[in-house]
Amino acid sequence: MNILVCIKQVPDTKIIKVNPKTNTLDRSSAPAILNPYDAHAVEEAVRLKKIHGGKVVVLSMGPPQAKEAIKKCVEIGADEGYLISDRRFAGADTLATSYALYKAIQKLMDEDGIDLVLCGKHAIDGDTGQVGPGIARRMEIPPLTNVIKVEEVDPAEKMIKVRRKIENGYEIIQSTLPCLLTVEKEINEVAYSPLPNMLRAARYNPIVWTVDDLKDVDMKQLGLKGSPTIVGKMWPPAKSDGAQMLDDEGDVKKQAEKIVSLVLEKRELFEAKGGER
Amino acid sequence: MNIEEYRGVWVFIEQRDGQLVDVGLELLGAGRDLADKLEVDLCGILLGHHVKELSNELFEYGADKVYVIDDPVLANYRTETYMKAVGDLVRKYKPEIFVYGATANGKDLASAVATEVMTGLTADTTILDVDVEKRLFEASRPAFGGNIMATILCKKHRPQMATVRPKVMKKLEPQPGRQGEIIEETIDLKEDDLRTKVLEIVRNAKKAVNLEDADIIVAAGKGIKDEKGFKMVEALADVLNATVGASRDVVEAGLCGHDHQVGQTGVTVTPKLYFAIGISGAVQHTVGMANSETIIAINTDPDAAIFNVSHYGVVADAFEIVPLLTEEFRKALQVKTEEGGVAHV
Ligand SMILES: Cc1cc2nc3c(=O)[nH]c(=O)nc-3n(C[C@H](O)[C@H](O)[C@H](O)COP(=O)(O)OP(=O)(O)OC[C@H]3O[C@@H](n4cnc5c(N)ncnc54)[C@H](O)[C@@H]3O)c2cc1C
Ligand SMILES: Nc1ncnc2c1ncn2[C@@H]1O[C@H](COP(=O)(O)O)[C@@H](O)[C@H]1O
Repeated sequence: MNILVCIKQVPDTKIIKVNPKTNTLDRSSAPAILNPYDAHAVEEAVRLKKIHGGKVVVLSMGPPQAKEAIKKCVEIGADEGYLISDRRFAGADTLATSYALYKAIQKLMDEDGIDLVLCGKHAIDGDTGQVGPGIARRMEIPPLTNVIKVEEVDPAEKMIKVRRKIENGYEIIQSTLPCLLTVEKEINEVAYSPLPNMLRAARYNPIVWTVDDLKDVDMKQLGLKGSPTIVGKMWPPAKSDGAQMLDDEGDVKKQAEKIVSLVLEKRELFEAKGGER
Repeated sequence: MNIEEYRGVWVFIEQRDGQLVDVGLELLGAGRDLADKLEVDLCGILLGHHVKELSNELFEYGADKVYVIDDPVLANYRTETYMKAVGDLVRKYKPEIFVYGATANGKDLASAVATEVMTGLTADTTILDVDVEKRLFEASRPAFGGNIMATILCKKHRPQMATVRPKVMKKLEPQPGRQGEIIEETIDLKEDDLRTKVLEIVRNAKKAVNLEDADIIVAAGKGIKDEKGFKMVEALADVLNATVGASRDVVEAGLCGHDHQVGQTGVTVTPKLYFAIGISGAVQHTVGMANSETIIAINTDPDAAIFNVSHYGVVADAFEIVPLLTEEFRKALQVKTEEGGVAHV
């Protein structure tokens, strides 16, 4: 079973800073990491490969540094990694991203069949979760999003059953193969990489393609030009009048007492439901 | 694409097991405003099996028209069937704005449809507006790791699409008896030709954590540091009979489950009382709690952004003040019980 995983290198949004003067993102303030959901997707691909054989290929679009994220996937157990990197891809929104990735997937498919495509639930830098379903639509295969468990795969019968997280529960859905899954973190634990993988990753050099390596590319659908959405204005979130500060010269005990009396004034909080408890 | 041909504001109406999901009604509320400004109809898109009757409720909540496709293949949500049905409707009736609830299925559908009809889609928006003169939809969302809001525009493609999280927009007061037009369409798909099948749907009887309906939420941020700090916050929640909320960083540190997360990628809440303890106030967090009735923030940093959205603030070390609060509340609430006033365990 050949599995393709789309992975993205993202700034660690937990640490990234915004320049308050220009309202722009200071990318240098945050280290780049493999999108955490994509790590789970690679882990799942490696797990399925162990059971069903075949190979795991990862694909990413991004700047040359994104090779590091691909090497991380090799550490987890991916067999091969491809990076599509070209200035002409830059500025892509989700529609243009899914187009570029799809063009690369087509080229990969010419070489080898693909039975399953995996993506993360979303990339933590934008949180859109739109690229996975977009790729599936372009490949004309079913997307199964928010997957928390692969219940069953039958490569011979070309069938897969997965558990999808939905509001207040889950559903079991069956699909023909090939199809595309986007995975949640619950799907697995990303295991520590065995030493041979680490060594292989350290030496591994991902294959890099530019636009010219892809076939039949409609340049109008790439990058900024191919992106229907644009960022209009940006502004810092509204500041309200601000809080009334209970300072009491920093006397914690007095501050605590004040909070307690403020809260207790809201009697309805403690009365209305009292009887039910 | 001649964008002049595109008119009208559409809302995808999600239903589960024949029941309307609230977010659709909330979006009719927001959509009504957009449609009035643009002087066009507000339309609901309702798909399913035996769902036509739900249209009346949609009219009461502000829809002028409801496009219904009632077919057994649409009984349960599947991207395959819903994408086809919605894609066909868009091509035929050409709306200029189309919004979806940012639920698991709403996001899935919107993403697939955006590619199907080749248009722009903005995820998880929190503010919707329109530039009437240019008929340009202004969909705004928090961006870039917090601290900033961005308006996303889609100038050259139609429809202009966005997903909106539940609880962000407000339903209108229903107007009993308000009428509208039902337009029935069909879908040409046979079950045997489909590639996906929903085998089973399991809904938890009750959510373990129900932040949405809580009157009091005591929320922990990364300022509480570790498990000990989290326990301390839980103890305060306990005496107040409150539900424990958390910032994303606390969830990611593994101190509690994602069910507790408040904010853009968690839940949106509107309790009567919200304690923000050791939470910095990144916009992704505050979009999920800023509409709470009373917000009390505790933070060691006097410049923390959380104070901007709070009603009361205390610059204090959580590790000092929270145990004091727990103790004071315990005393106060117990005394009340003894006086025969309020039963509180
Ligand atoms: C796409 C995207 C979506 C996101 N979605 C969400 C979301 O849904 N919900 C969410 O919460 N976040 C979300 N985030 C993350 C968000 O941007 C912030 O990173 C996060 O909310 C910060 O959490 P925090 O306030 O707990 O931690 P920090 O920002 O680390 O703040 C800790 C605070 O504690 C204070 N503190 C430290 N020690 C003490 C002490 N002893 N006593 C009292 N105070 C103390 C500090 O002064 C500081 O203000 C999202 C980010 C992105 C990029
Ligand atoms: N530039 C990219 N290169 C490879 N995969 C991507 C890229 N952007 C998004 N993806 C995939 O699509 C998923 C969802 O991303 P997003 O729609 O940006 O939230 C990610 O988890 C990845 O699997």
